[in-house]
Amino acid sequence: MSASEIPGDLKFLKSHEWARVEDKGLVRVGISDHAQEQLGDLVYVELPEVGAQVQAGNGAATVESVKAASDIYSPVSGEIVEVNESLADKPETINEDAYGEGWLFVVKPSDRGELDELLDADAYAELIENEDH
Amino acid sequence: MTQKTVLNALHRELGARMVDFGGWDMPISYGSQIEEHHVVRRDAGMFDVSHMTVVDLHGARAREFLRHLLANSVDKLKVQGKALYSCMLNEQGGVIDDLIVYLLGDEHFRLVVNAATREKDLAWIERQAKAFDVAAKERPEFAMIAVQGPHARAKVIGLLHEVDRPRIEKLGRFAAAAAQGPHGMPLFIARTGYTGEDGFEIILPEEHAVALWKELATAGVAACGLGARDTLRLEAGMNLYGQDMDENVTPWEAGLAWTIALDAGRDFIGRKALEAQQAAGVPRTMVGLVLDEKGVLRHGQKVLTPQGEGEILSGSFAPSLNKSVAFARVPAGATEQLRVDIRGREVPVRLVKFPFVRDGKACEGI
Repeated sequence: MSASEIPGDLKFLKSHEWARVEDKGLVRVGISDHAQEQLGDLVYVELPEVGAQVQAGNGAATVESVKAASDIYSPVSGEIVEVNESLADKPETINEDAYGEGWLFVVKPSDRGELDELLDADAYAELIENEDH
Repeated sequence: MTQKTVLNALHRELGARMVDFGGWDMPISYGSQIEEHHVVRRDAGMFDVSHMTVVDLHGARAREFLRHLLANSVDKLKVQGKALYSCMLNEQGGVIDDLIVYLLGDEHFRLVVNAATREKDLAWIERQAKAFDVAAKERPEFAMIAVQGPHARAKVIGLLHEVDRPRIEKLGRFAAAAAQGPHGMPLFIARTGYTGEDGFEIILPEEHAVALWKELATAGVAACGLGARDTLRLEAGMNLYGQDMDENVTPWEAGLAWTIALDAGRDFIGRKALEAQQAAGVPRTMVGLVLDEKGVLRHGQKVLTPQGEGEILSGSFAPSLNKSVAFARVPAGATEQLRVDIRGREVPVRLVKFPFVRDGKACEGI
């Protein structure tokens, strides 16, 4: 995956979650294409309840691949307003389209300032580039 | 220093994800590990298993030596080419390694042992062989390709020299024979495997391995990584050395009682300890578990039973079952009310007989 393939409107945690600010200031969250590649075939996704409160940098969901289970951290604090129910039957959607149909949940952020602390696409591309060496 | 098989560059060319596997740089998958699993259950896939260690034994007393070395009885091998699965034990009855032994001649046997245990195996075998005047010779110049799946045999046979085809077609399970492959390359073809599917494991001089791999690919055999091999063998109820048994575990405790031959008068290494444990009562047993709810059983998770604690040995998501299965070692007699601690959550599991999958289908009760 080259840097040019990472959508430029995304922001990232170092732990490979992405955040996309959408209409009405809601933040959609998923894991990066690099992360799904590292995890391999995903088989289960455990999502938070709608209405749950999440903290930036804390575990909000779990994804399990054939190889390993991984905690997914929320990039921002706030309330869960939507989760991707279709992943229950088709967790492989994350492998197929990590930045699109494979999103995990949507947060209504309580502190928009937290978004400024995330990596932009270029910085994230550099991070994974260095990880590969 | 990481070792590489002769197919390493080809794996990388094919875009494989490479991992360290017991000191070897091996492909875990080329694309989707689950698709690679399914292709073996439904059609034909191939695995580079050249990291495995081939050892040839020569000597007039080679059979006598193996009677002493192995817990299974080499006297079950009567016809040239026949193969036998056995454990090699220490004096305490612990498993040093599991292996396949082939009868190749009156004074010639071939062992295929695990890669991760290569050094201690060779040291042990050489030490024990001295008293029998048997020479143990490692054959690092061989590569090995496993071709597995319901269509695996037909696809391999199609590549053989015409005169060899009928003979290899008739090759029985757990037997091996020599044949000529593409461009006359010499192949040692064994009808064995580690996936629960029919197929061959092919040993050949490593200079021909790339050519054979490419011919197999052209014949419609899919490249598969060691990730798929692991889920296939687990579903098929086959042990993995180091995870399901080691030197502190006897075959009785590892679901391998069927490989112990207590034939009269045969003094094999570890026999006394095995008989003593059997007489005293085997304290732990290896069982199969199925998780019916969501989640994945994984190595090292704690198993809770009314008889005490146990642990998950090999555990994984099983692609042919679309749920998780595992082997676990639990206190003898623990059969009901089993739970597994999955990341702090206690989840009920069902004890079942394994294999979990046979001939591409879920076994009854799984």
